[in-house]
Amino acid sequence: MMRTLLVRGLLAGLVAGVLATGFAYFFGEPSVDAAIAIEEAGTSAHSHEHSEPADAGHSHGDEEAVVSRGTQSTIGLLTGVGAYALAVGGLFAIAFAVLHGRVGALRPRLTSALLAASGFVVVVLVPFLKYPANPPAVGQSGTIGDRTNLYFAFVALSLAVALISVGVGNALAGRLGAWRGGLLAMGGYVVVMAVAAGLMPVIDEVPDGFPGSTLWTFRTASLATQLVLWTALGLTFGALAERVLRPGAAPAPAEAAAARAGQ
Amino acid sequence: MSQASVATPRPVQPRIPLREIAPWAIFAGVLALLVLFFVSTEAGAVELFGTNGLIHEFVHDGRHLLAFPCH
Ligand SMILES: [Zn+2]
Repeated sequence: MMRTLLVRGLLAGLVAGVLATGFAYFFGEPSVDAAIAIEEAGTSAHSHEHSEPADAGHSHGDEEAVVSRGTQSTIGLLTGVGAYALAVGGLFAIAFAVLHGRVGALRPRLTSALLAASGFVVVVLVPFLKYPANPPAVGQSGTIGDRTNLYFAFVALSLAVALISVGVGNALAGRLGAWRGGLLAMGGYVVVMAVAAGLMPVIDEVPDGFPGSTLWTFRTASLATQLVLWTALGLTFGALAERVLRPGAAPAPAEAAAARAGQ
Repeated sequence: MSQASVATPRPVQPRIPLREIAPWAIFAGVLALLVLFFVSTEAGAVELFGTNGLIHEFVHDGRHLLAFPCH
């Protein structure tokens, strides 16, 4: 059973990765290109970037780029987004298997949709609100270590708080009902994350003169790419999981009748 | 949502035993984290695998657009 679900998680991840790559190619790449043009103009004019001696050996946008832009924006994009989606798809299947039938009594495709929505909020949206995505040319190369640590620390905190909220909410739902228990748990998550976001350091390294419209376009495209990915993942996996898990689900013909009778 | 407006008892969803999930969770978890590391971080903040920044360059656009700190 778990093996079947895992395979279906990977399949759903594949679908999500392809769709998200398509979206990112058409809506994200233009602003990446624009930002790289600004980066290259900036490095030749005044070299405040890429001048850190320590770990800046990989400064792309420089002349010695080992991978061409044409590769980065096509095969490279597909590989990066696709691999991410596959990995998330696998983890999604595991999380689904743990939650299904334990948190709530929803049918598989509803559990899957809710898990995807929560995953998007917890793993992507909330971290994004505190530490938003940055295009090339935004961010100093000397601080990449700090920025990476802060970002992943915030994602990990968000995940941990969400897990605790689910546990607490599940327990509360037993006494107060699903609606109140769920709302209280979500409220708790929001309050804890808001306080944490207020306490953690601010990162603001947008260079002077960087066009606000490019930053906006890049960030919305980035967020929307993730939204496409998680939506496709949740809906595809839900459809695939229904076939494995529907209680008393006999093969195809009976399924239609069962679906009509179901919630 | 699914308040019992119908008289029929609420269907119980089958649970997958945790004992069955655990080994797969470890297997998939380790693999997934490794993949996520390559996509998100390798040769960005740290370089663990001596890839000379190639991985970083290759998945560069995905890394930016998926909202990871890249460079
Ligand atoms: Zn970069």
